[in-house]
Amino acid sequence: MKIALSLASILLIAAATSAGAASTEADFKTAYAAAEAANKQAGALRNQWTATAQALADAKKAADKGDFDTAIASAKEAEALARASTYQATSEKEAWKALEIH
Amino acid sequence: MNLRSAIHFASAALALAFGAVPFAVASDTIDPVADAKAFQNFFTQKFPKLKPEDFVNGPYSLNEDMHRQWEEKEQFPPYEFALDLGKELFAKPFKNGKTYADCFPNGGIGIRQNYPYFDEKEGKVITLELALNRCREANGEAPFSYVKDEMAALTAYMAFTSRGKPFDIKIPNDPRALEAYQNGKRYFYTRRGQLNFSCASCHVQNPGERIRAEILAPALGILNGMPIYRSEWSGMGTTSRRFTTCNSQIRGVPLEPQADEYRDLEYYLSYVSNGLPISGPGARP
Repeated sequence: MKIALSLASILLIAAATSAGAASTEADFKTAYAAAEAANKQAGALRNQWTATAQALADAKKAADKGDFDTAIASAKEAEALARASTYQATSEKEAWKALEIH
Repeated sequence: MNLRSAIHFASAALALAFGAVPFAVASDTIDPVADAKAFQNFFTQKFPKLKPEDFVNGPYSLNEDMHRQWEEKEQFPPYEFALDLGKELFAKPFKNGKTYADCFPNGGIGIRQNYPYFDEKEGKVITLELALNRCREANGEAPFSYVKDEMAALTAYMAFTSRGKPFDIKIPNDPRALEAYQNGKRYFYTRRGQLNFSCASCHVQNPGERIRAEILAPALGILNGMPIYRSEWSGMGTTSRRFTTCNSQIRGVPLEPQADEYRDLEYYLSYVSNGLPISGPGARP
């Protein structure tokens, strides 16, 4: 029983440590690079969004303050926005015709 | 399968084949004349009380109260300062002694209705704003910003000298011109920005409706009144300013002013308003 309790405590501590582990600068750099690459792709399609630029700027600002959790969250948001703008540009290649006046 | 059903099957297949091909081609055919006709019909049917030439005054034609406000405004028009500045800039010689008049047909007077045009040598659309800056550069002057007051003033003056002349945009018999037209049309109808709006979302689907405090202008005749004094901007705005602002309002990153896409868009929008008079410079809320 004692062994079981100790094991449970160790597991609990380990889980808590991993869940609460602060993000590092390296994690931020990875997330930011992914977001920038996705936004570059949208740029190649001439369809970047201002919201993406804002999220990228927010990510950088948070990283400069050393708040890498917030920075990574913003970078991930930027990546999602950039991917959405790419999807929009791709689907609109044909979809625009539905709005045309005939 | 007996003979009769075989014949029916064959005829159906033939009908389908011959019927389907022209349809598929028709939907992808670029036909600016038919487009302009359909475009103008759409707006005249949507606003049956308006005469075609009323569309060039944008939202002021769609609402009686606003129309009265506009008539009063026109007595002391807010673009008058820009007009004076434009006239002065237009006449002022460059350092080499030449003027804008040397760069344009008819000395630049009364020619607004022919811009933009397709330059077959270059294979691209040339807008009036672009032609003005090229004129400056060819004469050793630095180009003006496409979104600031000097360009608005110059185009205001040139538009004023063309007031009442119908838009007369030509599409030469050159596949590149047709492609530019089609690219402009595609740009006009393509949704973009985080708000997922196209130009048509506001100016085809919702003219006359309010978006916040603004009454949306119809796309027909929308460029005839350019450049415009906008109360919202507390100043003059060029076509470039209008396009880039539209993009940022829908949370899209604007392209650089006079990007090919904007030049093609101006070509398309001007062409489908052919026959409607130039009314610029205009004033808008």
